[in-house]
Amino acid sequence: MSYFSDIYKGIKTLLTGMSVTGKYFLTSRKGAITQQYPDNRDTLKMFERFRGEVVMPHDENNEHQCTGCQKCELACPNGSIEIIWDRGIDEATGKKKKFIDRHIYHLGLCTMCGLCIEACPTDAIVWAQNYENSTYDRTQLTKVLNRPGSKVKAGIED
Amino acid sequence: METTLIKSNFKSEEYFINMGPQHPATHGVLRLLLTIDGEIIKKVEPDLGYIHRSIEKMCERDSYQQIVHLTDRMDYLSSHINNEAVCLTVENALQLDIPDRVKVIRTILGELTRIASHTLWWGVMGMDVGALTTYFYGFRDREMINDIFEETCGARLTMNYNIPGGLMFDIHPNFVQRTKDFIKHFKTKLPEYDTLLTGNVIFQKRMKGVGILSKEDAISFGASGPVGRGSGYSCDVRKHHPYSAYDKVTFNEALKTEGDTFARYQVRIQEMWESMAIIEQLIDNIPEGDVQVATNAVIKLPKGEFYQKVETARGELGVYIISTGTKNPYRVKFRSPGFSNLSLLNHIAVGGKIGDLVASMATLDLVIPDIDR
Repeated sequence: MSYFSDIYKGIKTLLTGMSVTGKYFLTSRKGAITQQYPDNRDTLKMFERFRGEVVMPHDENNEHQCTGCQKCELACPNGSIEIIWDRGIDEATGKKKKFIDRHIYHLGLCTMCGLCIEACPTDAIVWAQNYENSTYDRTQLTKVLNRPGSKVKAGIED
Repeated sequence: METTLIKSNFKSEEYFINMGPQHPATHGVLRLLLTIDGEIIKKVEPDLGYIHRSIEKMCERDSYQQIVHLTDRMDYLSSHINNEAVCLTVENALQLDIPDRVKVIRTILGELTRIASHTLWWGVMGMDVGALTTYFYGFRDREMINDIFEETCGARLTMNYNIPGGLMFDIHPNFVQRTKDFIKHFKTKLPEYDTLLTGNVIFQKRMKGVGILSKEDAISFGASGPVGRGSGYSCDVRKHHPYSAYDKVTFNEALKTEGDTFARYQVRIQEMWESMAIIEQLIDNIPEGDVQVATNAVIKLPKGEFYQKVETARGELGVYIISTGTKNPYRVKFRSPGFSNLSLLNHIAVGGKIGDLVASMATLDLVIPDIDR
């Protein structure tokens, strides 16, 4: 007898569960979380703090804010940042000053921990929000962040 | 003559099969060596090491700020609580006075992590025992928490938002509203979980009386978290050794005494309600103040040994640091909850069927990178 009552109870609770799924079946447009990803590229916007990759913003005079203090290089846990630097004469003061030659960023090694940006005293590097970082060749993941011919903004000291 | 022949034909024999490392029910690269007789399990031997990354050794190379981001990659479903554990250990060693604002935000984010982890567990556990719908419903609710994390911390899974001395930056202005919206949303969805799965007789028949773990065995195997509490072992670190802002909130420790898979299931569902209650108590009055205490750029811990335990979504995570006074730790040991919980799998699965093993393993809520580290 309990065999048949078990079948009855099983079907009854199954229908109870299906009342939930049935409700969503009829109103699925409201609760749908699926995004039509490659088609919604124009409207898809990431959050402003999203960690896509590290970039170095330049202003209209091709000037950045990196003084070459290497604090980001020291803070990085896995060697994603390499700074090749040199010393030159500061035009304003005539003193010897450190400047960056190349700020090399290995996106392929980066774990997006954010310690470099936290360590930067002059806000020279920031997060960019791009998320399509796949390439056919891994050498493209090694990036030079400072643009060719760029120099440090006047008056930036670390 | 004939009877002996028939007997020898039907002689039962033990044999080995491999479950994993690519089995969907192991939720990762865990290999189980099963000794079975027919379908009765005689012995379960977990074979570990497929995703070992030597995180503890890497910690000896890194500075104390850099250790934090490695712990994201251990138990990736409660990465925020792992970060907190390391930060608390370093802060206690330095005897820093952490602002109340940091403590409260850490607690809220920790509880959100716990809900996110449990909703994912609920989804995949339903899938393990044959109910695919739960998978989508669990992920739907987890998505809202991931959005909260992405907006405030910048990442969805490996947040690395805590640093020794506080938080990396302040919470996003939308954080409070989004969290309130989520609580409001989830309060209507959690009863649906019960309607859909908990009350189902087929599901209950599958879960009740399976994988029974007694309280004594739970203690002797070092079980913690919902696995221990499902067996009536009161082991909530938040309750017994409060850290961050857990001493300011009131909540009940979810306890069940049956010790079977269904009890562990109910404990986790109950924990989601308790986590929501904790967030509700804190979200309206986050104290004003700084989110960082100034530390040296190179943190040097005093010579000695430091230990801090926290309650992750899986159980008790302990961080043990030996320092010789330099900028790197001499030795770091993580007491991960998944490893101890896996050790009792043989004990609860022997004598059951293979289907029961899957159900037992689902309620242990194993995360393999946490076990291997």
